[in-house]
Amino acid sequence: MKFYDEEISSRFLIGTALYPSPAIMLEAIKASRAEIVTVSLRRESGTEQAGQNFWSFIKDTGAKVLPNTAGCKSVKEAITTAHMAREIFETPWVKLEVIGEDDSLQPDVFGLVEAARILTEDGFQVFPYTTEDLVVAEKLIAAGCEILMPWGAPIGSGRGLNNIYGLRSLRAHFPNIPLIVDAGIGLPSHAVAAMELGYDAVLLNTAVAKAGDPVLMATAFALAIESGLQCYQADPIEKRDMAAPSTPVAGLPFWNQDHA
Amino acid sequence: MNIVVNGQPVTTQAASLSDLLAEHGYGTAKVATAVNGTLAPASMRHEQEIVDGDQIEIVAPMQGG
Repeated sequence: MKFYDEEISSRFLIGTALYPSPAIMLEAIKASRAEIVTVSLRRESGTEQAGQNFWSFIKDTGAKVLPNTAGCKSVKEAITTAHMAREIFETPWVKLEVIGEDDSLQPDVFGLVEAARILTEDGFQVFPYTTEDLVVAEKLIAAGCEILMPWGAPIGSGRGLNNIYGLRSLRAHFPNIPLIVDAGIGLPSHAVAAMELGYDAVLLNTAVAKAGDPVLMATAFALAIESGLQCYQADPIEKRDMAAPSTPVAGLPFWNQDHA
Repeated sequence: MNIVVNGQPVTTQAASLSDLLAEHGYGTAKVATAVNGTLAPASMRHEQEIVDGDQIEIVAPMQGG
């Protein structure tokens, strides 16, 4: 599948924050088999230059980077952060976050749509971190977004998919737009659920980085995401209320018409 | 003159943004810069004058989700 003009095979996008060490981060990225990693920008000290080491680690992975605008609370902050990210990471991609509320880190969808429009007009390829709201999704697409990244639940909460109906509706309304569940995933089963809904990919960070064994958890998520993808492609059966025998009944020993 | 660099008050005589980066030891570090909330591209740092009261941001790659 394609994210903008890039061909992508892995359906797992992984974050680079919160790992116990850079070495474990690198091992977890490798175990995830992700092709895309999210990164950020922070103030750099001239004496410590912590960002320089981090950047050399990430470059060594060979992964594509998706810079975010995490922490931005206004359109202007997000746009300036995106401009700085484009210069430093040399990519038009940006995971656009405009945060509207501190406790839930819920997107400010009004600012998000405005920032998405401005950045798209400026040549960016925007990956908007949004809610599952259909009308907001339509406005983001009208603003030029060719991908949507609805949340599963608040960032770092590990709650899974809070609104499966909403996510299913979004999938149904936009069958041809790549949809990535971004945020709130806690367990591989949550990722399977997202992929079974027909989502194209899952982006997560905390669930792997803060696990007791991040490398093993990255493997668990990679398997889960692949499993969910194959399930969706295999067209699963519908649920029903009553039993339906899987073993053919006709011809069983002791069978007669009275049992029918 | 007095400016603010990454949220901290700084007194400097640097005439340009590139002088300021050199003065603070950034050397060849991969950083992006903004002056008063707007990107100051790397290619323009020599021409980017620093004036009293400027708010400068100097950022680098960092972990993110």
